[in-house]
Amino acid sequence: MAHASKFKNPIINWIDTRLPLPSLLHHEYVEFPMPRNINYLWAFGAIAMIMLMIMIATGLMLAMQYTANVNLAFASVERIMRDVNYGWLLRYLHANGAAFFFIAVYIHIFRGLYYGSYQKPRELVWILGVIIFLLMMATGFLGYVLPWGQMSFWAATVITNLFSAFPIVGDPIVTWLWGGFSVDNPTLNRFFALHFLLPFVLLGVVMLHASAVHIVGSNNPLGIDIKGPQDSVPFHPYVTIKDLFAACPFLLLYCYFVFFEPNTMAHPDNYIPANPLVTPSHIVPEWYFLPLYAVLRAIPDKLIGTAAMFAAVLVLFILPWLDTSKVKSCAFKPVSRFFFWVFVLDCIMLGFCGASPPEGIWVILSRLGAVYYFAYFLVLIPVLGKIEKPLPRPASISESVLKNSGKPMEKA
Amino acid sequence: MSNNAHPSGAGAAAADGGGDATRRNFIYLTTAAVGAAGLAATAWPFIDSMNPAADALALASIEVDISSVKVGQSITVQWRGKPVFIRRRTPDEIKAAEAVNIAELRQPQADKDRVQKTEWLILVGICTHLGCVPLGQQPTDPKGEFGGWFCPCHGSQYDTSGRIRKGPAPQNLAVPKYTFLKDTLIKIG
Repeated sequence: MAHASKFKNPIINWIDTRLPLPSLLHHEYVEFPMPRNINYLWAFGAIAMIMLMIMIATGLMLAMQYTANVNLAFASVERIMRDVNYGWLLRYLHANGAAFFFIAVYIHIFRGLYYGSYQKPRELVWILGVIIFLLMMATGFLGYVLPWGQMSFWAATVITNLFSAFPIVGDPIVTWLWGGFSVDNPTLNRFFALHFLLPFVLLGVVMLHASAVHIVGSNNPLGIDIKGPQDSVPFHPYVTIKDLFAACPFLLLYCYFVFFEPNTMAHPDNYIPANPLVTPSHIVPEWYFLPLYAVLRAIPDKLIGTAAMFAAVLVLFILPWLDTSKVKSCAFKPVSRFFFWVFVLDCIMLGFCGASPPEGIWVILSRLGAVYYFAYFLVLIPVLGKIEKPLPRPASISESVLKNSGKPMEKA
Repeated sequence: MSNNAHPSGAGAAAADGGGDATRRNFIYLTTAAVGAAGLAATAWPFIDSMNPAADALALASIEVDISSVKVGQSITVQWRGKPVFIRRRTPDEIKAAEAVNIAELRQPQADKDRVQKTEWLILVGICTHLGCVPLGQQPTDPKGEFGGWFCPCHGSQYDTSGRIRKGPAPQNLAVPKYTFLKDTLIKIG
């Protein structure tokens, strides 16, 4: 065998010559060359992975206590909160964990946008990431329905009704999703089944995402490829320690919410049991869906509004081909950088629009916000890539790091 | 069996672009078609199992006694898990509903096509936008600019015939299938 004495531990060696898993892990997570100039924004992939693990672990424990039946679900969640040992902790970790999972992933996505991490040759890494994002949104929505409070029920009703916007096939699809003529027990049952399944599908796609990025290598703040060993450091211990160190403050903030603000990101109406005859006066989704919700409401037509909301996510799939720029990192593209930050502010503004009642100034702002959102991807990125003249870039990563002359470094 | 090269028979020669290529393609295509049809036929029970089950379909009709509803009052009953609005309209409301110019409506429908007895308006109380329950059943509820129902979710407004007049909803409130068994008893569904 070629790598017979690779590991000091004879048991690991014995396994490795029969199932080369230790070799694979060593290759991908120990000696794997990472650009030596990555900043802390590169830690959010690992942080998102930690959050996924926390969600699966807490979710498994919660599933052992939860009952997916319209008459029992709400009470079973209250039982988890009051009677189950550490049930309150598991549930608050899970509910706030979803929010922090989204925080990590949103930072991860915006980092990719800023540094052009979707550009050739990382198109598939990016597309797999968008699939992960879609799966996360589906899983988050399904999970929100399970406590069967008022917000759960009406979120389920409104979101499933989005599909009724499709002409002709819309209504049969909605009936099929519900398993009845309204959101009811069959709906809750299947939502629980899917909420249990999808995280494992998600985990599978995360593995593909990680495999793909280990083929093409990680991007870095300069957007310049590794040209030799002087440009890189091994994954372990440099990146493992850096990721874990970055995870600490992130998890501390998460724990602060779990222990001191466990319901701040939740909605009080969800502590009222579901009532199919009364809609709460103000329905809002979880905060991480608010910008998309604002896009939906910006357009006063059901079909076009729904289509625009889906398009707002789906446009990410074609982003690698919309960007005409030869330079990845916005560090060398001041005009693109400006419009990137406007885009970030635009998303935040759309979030506020989504949280506010659809009237007055908020309607106008969400329309402007939606127009900029699509214009950023469909007009600004393609046009700026063609006309903007990038600043001079250092010859290599090591030159920029060692001379410390790379002025645009760490600008983000 | 160490020799894993293909035998060089007539078939192998044909596969390399010989005259039998169309026959081979035909076999591939038929196999694929049969496989696809089999897969679709097998998939259907899985998909259809998610459609409404027999017990859900069995609950498809209810009877409602409306003798206690006075003029101007509304009641809400549950049918197939959905709220059904039953409103005994006042003469003014009927007049307002009939006076509307149908051509101006988003989904043009005359009031007489939406009721069996003009006094009784029976509607599925589900906003046709995204499925919220519109307000307007209680005397204290906002009824919107047209005196019917107002949806708090996204601001759709319905008139005294349950027709969409303003807001994002695309259609009028649905009229369920119902029959008057007696003057004071209706069967919905």
